[in-house]
Amino acid sequence: MKVDHPLHRALGLTDEELDRIRATLGRDPNRIELAMYAAMWSEHCSYKSSKVHLRTLPTEGPQVLVGPGQDAGAVDIGDGLAAVFKMESHSHPSAVEPYQGAATGVGGIVRDIVSMGARPMALLDPLRFGPLTEERNRLLFAGVVAGIGGYGNCIGVPTVGGEIQFAEPHSANPTVNVMCVGVAPADRLVTAAPDVPEGSMLLLIGAATGRDGIGGVSVLASRTIEEDAAVSRPSVQIGDPFAGKLLIETCLELVEGGLLLGLQDLGGAGLTCAASESAARAGMGAELDLDAVPLREAGLEAFEILTSESQERMLAVVDPARLDEVHGVCSKWGLSSAVVGWLVDGGRLIVRMGGAVVADVPARSLADDGPAYERPMEPPRGRHEILEDDPTFAMVDSDPREAFLAVLSSPNVASKQWAFEQYDQLVQGATVARPGSDAAVIRVEGTLRALALSCDGSGRFGHLDPYLGAAHAVAEASRNVAVMGATPLAITNCLNFGNPERPEVMWQFAESIRGMADACRSFGTPVTGGNVSFYNESGGSAIWPTPIIGMLGLIEDYRLLVRPGFPGPGFLVYLVGETFPELGGSEFAEVVLGTVSGHPPALDLAREASLHRMLVEGSRGDLLASAHDCSEGGLAVALAESALAGDTGFAVSLPGDEPWYVALFSESASRAVVSVAPENAEALESLASAHHLPLSRLGETGGPGMVVDSLLEITVEEARSAHESAIPKLLAG
Amino acid sequence: MSAGTPRVGVVTFPGSLDDRDALRAVALMGGDGVPLWHGDRDLRGVDAVILPGGFSYGDYLRTGALARFAPIMEEVRAFAGRGGPVVGICNGFQILCEAGLLSGALIRNRQLRFVCRFVDVRVETSLSTLTEGLVPGEVLRIPVKHGEGQFVARPDELARIEAEALVTFRYCGPGGELDDEHNVNGSAGWIAGIRSPQGNVVGLMPHPEHAVDPDVGPTGGQPLFASLLTYALARV
Repeated sequence: MKVDHPLHRALGLTDEELDRIRATLGRDPNRIELAMYAAMWSEHCSYKSSKVHLRTLPTEGPQVLVGPGQDAGAVDIGDGLAAVFKMESHSHPSAVEPYQGAATGVGGIVRDIVSMGARPMALLDPLRFGPLTEERNRLLFAGVVAGIGGYGNCIGVPTVGGEIQFAEPHSANPTVNVMCVGVAPADRLVTAAPDVPEGSMLLLIGAATGRDGIGGVSVLASRTIEEDAAVSRPSVQIGDPFAGKLLIETCLELVEGGLLLGLQDLGGAGLTCAASESAARAGMGAELDLDAVPLREAGLEAFEILTSESQERMLAVVDPARLDEVHGVCSKWGLSSAVVGWLVDGGRLIVRMGGAVVADVPARSLADDGPAYERPMEPPRGRHEILEDDPTFAMVDSDPREAFLAVLSSPNVASKQWAFEQYDQLVQGATVARPGSDAAVIRVEGTLRALALSCDGSGRFGHLDPYLGAAHAVAEASRNVAVMGATPLAITNCLNFGNPERPEVMWQFAESIRGMADACRSFGTPVTGGNVSFYNESGGSAIWPTPIIGMLGLIEDYRLLVRPGFPGPGFLVYLVGETFPELGGSEFAEVVLGTVSGHPPALDLAREASLHRMLVEGSRGDLLASAHDCSEGGLAVALAESALAGDTGFAVSLPGDEPWYVALFSESASRAVVSVAPENAEALESLASAHHLPLSRLGETGGPGMVVDSLLEITVEEARSAHESAIPKLLAG
Repeated sequence: MSAGTPRVGVVTFPGSLDDRDALRAVALMGGDGVPLWHGDRDLRGVDAVILPGGFSYGDYLRTGALARFAPIMEEVRAFAGRGGPVVGICNGFQILCEAGLLSGALIRNRQLRFVCRFVDVRVETSLSTLTEGLVPGEVLRIPVKHGEGQFVARPDELARIEAEALVTFRYCGPGGELDDEHNVNGSAGWIAGIRSPQGNVVGLMPHPEHAVDPDVGPTGGQPLFASLLTYALARV
């Protein structure tokens, strides 16, 4: 080993981490062992920078069946059923190769759900790109959307949503997250079984192993991507959705037949990760025979077989007595299956190739005993200046109509149908509310229950104040399911940040965790798992702190779900909640005033929770004719979206005595726009007062126009054109 | 199951995706859905066959190109030859074209993107297993979801398809109008579905099985399934 270029550093391990490996082994690791540690102790696999913070998140509740630490979390949704869900990032591969990066992200998260024994029922893809005025951003956006569709549409899992936003800091580093939700009988969940006997077989099912994706976790996901991204391209995996679909059916048939003792996806760090985790979870060791691994090409070296991230592979733990049956199911679906090892007592992971032992390490040291760092933290300089420069008190001389159209057609607010239409939203026949609703709703077969799903993240708010940004993200995600009548149950998350070795980034991370934890405690929505994606930066410039919340809500009877669109003329329109002069970090401030600054809106967590309860109660009593979250773009956008969704105009007066641009565009929290039939007005008023929520009657629905006092009048059709054509126009260049 | 319930088989190929949805739709409309397996040479005595949507064999060579060689397709071909009702939906339509049971071909959408959207389709003939009892000109709201649904045929073939009134469905506007805006994938003649000259074999790109349940969305697929079940019942 040369002293000036030591192998461990090239693999991403520090000198201290090498010392730690030496102490664990009592000797120097060989290069194969070093490659295994480098993969498993990478930021991506070990969460070494984030662990100490993640431990502060609330993870328990009566609804939680499986918390963090497994392939996916699971919650009780009644009737003996469990909803299994998880979110992950595939941002780094997508920046290098958008189509395959996004496609394999979908494949990976779906296998996480399958490995819990659940049938994947829905996908959501929260995305962040730089402005579409730049050609590279247009190519990334189009490539990522096509990749999501290209994989998701071929495996029979509907893609039902995912918030899409645009901001300059995501130009060099797009954020590509994907959430998958599945359902399984609660008593059939495949979780870590401590009573797996010695001699249980490790069976590799699915695609052959090739050289693709080697170093994916250590090269791509755990470092910043610098200019010459093309050299990283061989580290991107290539997806085969047809094989992915066969793998789903095979694994579910194996689980339903009770043929498996354990099941694990081969994702980041490949076989090393799956084998060491399978062994460590069983409290055992394992022997691996690399000569038995089906290879795509001859001549792969041991470290390549051990760390390849070839897609569409799963590792099953199988009782030797059931092996023939398992092989039979695999061959029915045309998939190869090979015994590549077995569990042994003693806790060591022993790898053989060509008759020789090529690696011999404690399985736990790879899977569980990675390093944990308390990295230094420091608020970014200039933070107070940005906060104090609050646009709420700026001089505004805009024309209300122009401001309204500018906000409605800004890419963050505008219709994302161009993207959603490229996703199969309908397969499985369970999609009750499609993309474009506050939350996607999928019903659970054989019951009247439905799951409401929403992904929300902080953009500008998180940039200005990471604590509030994360808390707002949880609040908005909860509100989005509550307006449809769903009780918020639990969250998963994907935490997208810059380089954790920079104190400002680490501070943003810690603040975001604090905000998320406080909000989750207030709403009773524990965190069941998630993913951390660091190193989203280039040239020292990081993405905005982007914690994305994946909320799962439960509707008891999907026939009572409430939709955002005004149902027709003659309904009374109300604003629930209160509008404060809070334009800091608003869409209006960025689009019309040209500034991203000021204090984000305050968030009263208790009031927010009351709003959720009121909305759910309102839906159960069949009281609300429509309900829509009021957030980005303020009251103006909430009213417009309700009108567009219902193809029904409205005439309203602005409540309070704030200036028109505050009343229309302030993004104060804990608000919703609802409509009720006139005979239900009193019931709504008493419901709001029972929950101590302010309620203002704004006006009523009807007519072809959107009319706000004498300030603004615009036809629904003109508004629709602005809302729907904005993104296609930008993409046309 | 009563004696008069028609049995409708749905073939699962590797990569079929909407097979379970087609079975559910058959059941919801009062039929008896029967799962069929691509590798079997057995139609299990069904009264009608549906080739469902999806990406059979990954559609890696050309959509539907491999599925037509599946063992069960020999049985489907013989069944169709005996006048048995056969319906191909989306990928199933592509398979029927590849198998020579229907004319024409389906290529990438004009816009070169996958499209998932509820569209309006106009019924063009009542002489098919899917449209018996429907009035030509009737407009149904049914979703499409495909990347390769643009119907094409050689000019002489297209002329024959039109002359023999084989066009069963066309994409249209809400009032039945044919204009460029409503041609969702750029198909020749707005063609969304066609039939065999006998009318017992029908292929269409829209997904009627995703438009039968009012709890989920529009129900333009209901009359089509009702027609199929009636047609199949006549054979029970």
